[in-house]
Amino acid sequence: MRRFSSLVLAAIMAGASVAWATSAWADPAETLTLPGAPTSALDRTPVQLEMDIYRPVQSPAPAVVLAHGFGGSKDAVAQEAQFLAGRGFVVVAYSARGFGGSTGDISMNAPEFEVADASKIIDYLGQQDYVIQEVAGDPVVGFAGGSYGGALALMIAGYDSRVDAISADITWNDLEAALFAQSTLPAKTTGVFKELWSGLFFSAGLQTTDGQVTTCGRFTPTWCAAYSDAAAQGVLTPESRALMAASSPKSITANITVPTLLGGGQSDSLFPLQQANANAEQIIEANPSTPVKVIWHGQGHDGGVDESERLREKMAQWFDTYLSGAAPVAGATDFEVSLTQGSAFGNRGQGTIEVLTAPRYPGIFGAASNTITLGGPKQDILAPAGGVPAALSSLPGTGGLAALAGSLLSLPLPNQTATFASGPLVDPLRVVGAPRALITVASAEPLADVVLFASVRVIGPTGQPLLPKGIVAPIRLTNIGPSPTTVKIQLPALVLEVSAGERLALVVGTTDQAYRLPSGPAVYSIELADTELTVPIVPLTSANPTTPLWVTPLIGLGAVVVIALAVILLRPRRGLASTRADLLDVPIAVEGLTKNFGSRVKAVDNVTFRVPRGVVLGLLGPNGAGKTTTMRMVMGLIYPASGNSFIFGQRVFPGAPTIAHIGSFIEGPGFLPHLSGRANLDLYWRASGRKHLDPHLAEILEVAGLGSAIDRKVRTYSQGMRQRLGIAQAMLGLPDVLVLDEPTNGLDPPQIREMRKVLKDYVASGRTVVISSHLLSEVEQTCSHVVVMHHGTVIANGTVAELLEGRTGLRLEDVFMEIVGEGHEVVTS
Amino acid sequence: MSTKIPSYSPSATLGIRVEFIRQIKRRRTLVAFLLVIALPLIVVAAVTLGPSADGNGGGGRGGGGFGDGGLDLIGLATSGAWNFTLTMLLFSSGFLLIIIAAMFMGDTVASEASWSTLRYLLVAPVPRRHLLRTKAIVGLILIAAVLITLVVASFLIGALVFGTAPLTSPLGGALETGESMQRIALITAYIGVTLLFPAGFAFLMSVLTDVPLGAVGVAVVTVIVFNILAALEPLGDLRRLLPTNYGDAWLAALSPTISWGDMVLGATYNFVAFAALVAIAIIRFDRKDIVS
Repeated sequence: MRRFSSLVLAAIMAGASVAWATSAWADPAETLTLPGAPTSALDRTPVQLEMDIYRPVQSPAPAVVLAHGFGGSKDAVAQEAQFLAGRGFVVVAYSARGFGGSTGDISMNAPEFEVADASKIIDYLGQQDYVIQEVAGDPVVGFAGGSYGGALALMIAGYDSRVDAISADITWNDLEAALFAQSTLPAKTTGVFKELWSGLFFSAGLQTTDGQVTTCGRFTPTWCAAYSDAAAQGVLTPESRALMAASSPKSITANITVPTLLGGGQSDSLFPLQQANANAEQIIEANPSTPVKVIWHGQGHDGGVDESERLREKMAQWFDTYLSGAAPVAGATDFEVSLTQGSAFGNRGQGTIEVLTAPRYPGIFGAASNTITLGGPKQDILAPAGGVPAALSSLPGTGGLAALAGSLLSLPLPNQTATFASGPLVDPLRVVGAPRALITVASAEPLADVVLFASVRVIGPTGQPLLPKGIVAPIRLTNIGPSPTTVKIQLPALVLEVSAGERLALVVGTTDQAYRLPSGPAVYSIELADTELTVPIVPLTSANPTTPLWVTPLIGLGAVVVIALAVILLRPRRGLASTRADLLDVPIAVEGLTKNFGSRVKAVDNVTFRVPRGVVLGLLGPNGAGKTTTMRMVMGLIYPASGNSFIFGQRVFPGAPTIAHIGSFIEGPGFLPHLSGRANLDLYWRASGRKHLDPHLAEILEVAGLGSAIDRKVRTYSQGMRQRLGIAQAMLGLPDVLVLDEPTNGLDPPQIREMRKVLKDYVASGRTVVISSHLLSEVEQTCSHVVVMHHGTVIANGTVAELLEGRTGLRLEDVFMEIVGEGHEVVTS
Repeated sequence: MSTKIPSYSPSATLGIRVEFIRQIKRRRTLVAFLLVIALPLIVVAAVTLGPSADGNGGGGRGGGGFGDGGLDLIGLATSGAWNFTLTMLLFSSGFLLIIIAAMFMGDTVASEASWSTLRYLLVAPVPRRHLLRTKAIVGLILIAAVLITLVVASFLIGALVFGTAPLTSPLGGALETGESMQRIALITAYIGVTLLFPAGFAFLMSVLTDVPLGAVGVAVVTVIVFNILAALEPLGDLRRLLPTNYGDAWLAALSPTISWGDMVLGATYNFVAFAALVAIAIIRFDRKDIVS
């Protein structure tokens, strides 16, 4: 019971079925051809019915026979069959006679043909040992289907006492009342011909197996003639009526005593909720003890909101209870309605749904009723000549968008509609069922045939009357004259919430494109006979199934994941710290540091040296010698491949507190370009976690020597200014150790001289400075100690005096060239 | 020499306030706020000054008669400040807010790398996880601030131009003013939550790259790709797994009765995705060699 059953939809929405077909499902266990009932009254040879049998894991098991919708075949229900087989049922999917690969002609579920075919299937199941048997030849079996298949389920339940439970969705109770709709109370005359739906319905049965074009397709001659009479002449012969009556569940509902699940679609202008209601009321009236559950869901032949998953589950639960003998689902009720709610924006196919339940089925006029007072004068409306232009309410066969588009676009045509609106509602109102109204119809000229379409619409703040679900109530009256005829109308059944402040309106129009209209023209006078609109209400409780069962655990799981990640990751990393007692007084100790970039190149290879306290140490070497990489490792910016660095005996790791001993300037300055130099220094200091320490800003600013430029944005600075600001930033708070990488880049000679003095003064107070530079002469003038690096290794290490010892007259540059040998370009200042 | 570092405390480094000051004066921050104030102004100008201003605006405001045809979205938007605010949220939630969220979170670490300030913060030393935490918090605060600015600006501009009629929907009816405020607050909060996925993704990108624009761009392109995937019918229910699938679940908050299902799912999805993406970012950042 779902969209598969929506006969014409299935044919027209070929695209959708392609999508279904691509779903990965196992093949049926067994495909066979079963002889059915006789082909016709004259030809007694049985039709050949193709069918698939799906077996559950465990057998014997109860059986479910799936009947497809009009225009479909056994393949259209393959997905449902798989689903039910997974739930432990033997499932039979078959093509009805006249459809798919089955032979025979379509008789619209006639008792002696289609229904008799179904009995043959029960006979077959009665012989199978994998199906549970009540007694020999009487299997435990349920029937399920939607639309055409739904009617079959009801018919077979009435005709064959071996059926144990059924599920029938969006189907008819009385085929004549469904196709010739009449909404007067009581319905005396034959109603308005549902021309468009009937045409679509009929044409879906016209496809012949050999591709020949014929007027009757796969219909039996009698049904073909009945349709031709109705479509061509708009008349209903007594023969046609008898034919339709025999094919209507109405004829045998009194005999249905098995548990029956009935679905009705709110978005169904073909078999509206009245049809499902009639089935339910007739079954309950004949046998009040029969379990009957009614669901007014949000889909239907017009499309609506897709609820197939929920409905499929309901069907499975129904058969679980009444075929497998499982306990009824907790909280199961006899009546469920879906309150579908559109949103202001975006016509999402997936509207939002709230499922509401009541313990007993209240019928179409509700458990109680409210009255809403309507107003409005007598109005004259035009039935145009030829019935055009006609209003558009439902769009048979388009599915999907139709319901929403219908409610948005089905604005009444001017001159063709009479509107009787209420005042703004004081309290919100929930309509569940069919409202009723009383009007008078008159015509200056006597008319034999009058067709009207009545609807309840909601007038929102925009002033536009909106037609819920696009469903109208057709009315056919005969012999209307100048004196008003009073007509009681049953309006379309609705599940609708109306907010306070909105208005309800009874709208009576003369046209609708889906129906056969009198050729007109004519003018009718419409007036309210009773200003009260009777609105059915049902006390309902929210079942709230829109949130699937797995949502709650999912949310719990999500919360656990979030909390766990937060707890684990927001703590600082621990376990990396270690102390070397022998190095507590050594500002920087580097032991065996190695770092590879890429696969082979060793940027730093086993570098070991110590920086003694109170000295200016120069880290020398040409560009690419590994000086900067070494310094980055000492500062915890880069992970060494092996080896360690220690600052005052504490091992260095990223973010190690001991790094706070060092003020650094590495590979050029870095500042926020949109802030001033002063703001940059201030924010950096505040970000460094030394709240209560004096930054010695005045001294720092003197070192920077930027004057008033300190208050300009950094993006306006020259290279040299940034360089000086960077060195000043390193000295903030006068750290124990100052590490400066190429500090003299971009400085002019007087500034370099000034820098030397600053650094010498800095170490005088017992602090330590490390300068890296490729300018050897520069280092020579500033440093007392040097570490010389080349190709990632330390090639010399000691005081300047030691290095120059025995090489009188030479400078560091010459020493360096001597050590590394010829052929190396060394940049000198 | 003592090994104690006077006054240094890892938890005192790079506080929220300091990071906020560092970010707030940036031009991109200013541009983001100006954009969300400009959006409602542009729409108001378009509606009131545009060529078809009389037809459209009138129909919506006056509650046009029968035979008006079609649903008039702009008419609905201009029916009052609440509806106007809602429309602005609708207009901006699909793209503008995502870009802004990706910008605040995507550029936050990468821009430090590109300015060379990242290494100076790390050797201050700001512990790496502490740095990311502060960055993420300030980024989220800025995103929230932009969202709130959009809502407040839209409401004030809407109230000045169109009056303060309560929230209405063509199918769901009108809500009272108090109810309208709650609904708009709920929708704003939910939209904020749906920004967590692009924000988290951008944040991860920000840690992985040193190019701020690249981080933002990758995050935005990812969201676009997800939106394209979401439009591919053949993917069927697989599309429910896309993080962007729940971007418009807030539409359910416009119904007379709020249905929470999709919103709860969407919020859970976004929180979990954000936590996971930020976790990956933290782990990557922990192990990263800072060479910028």
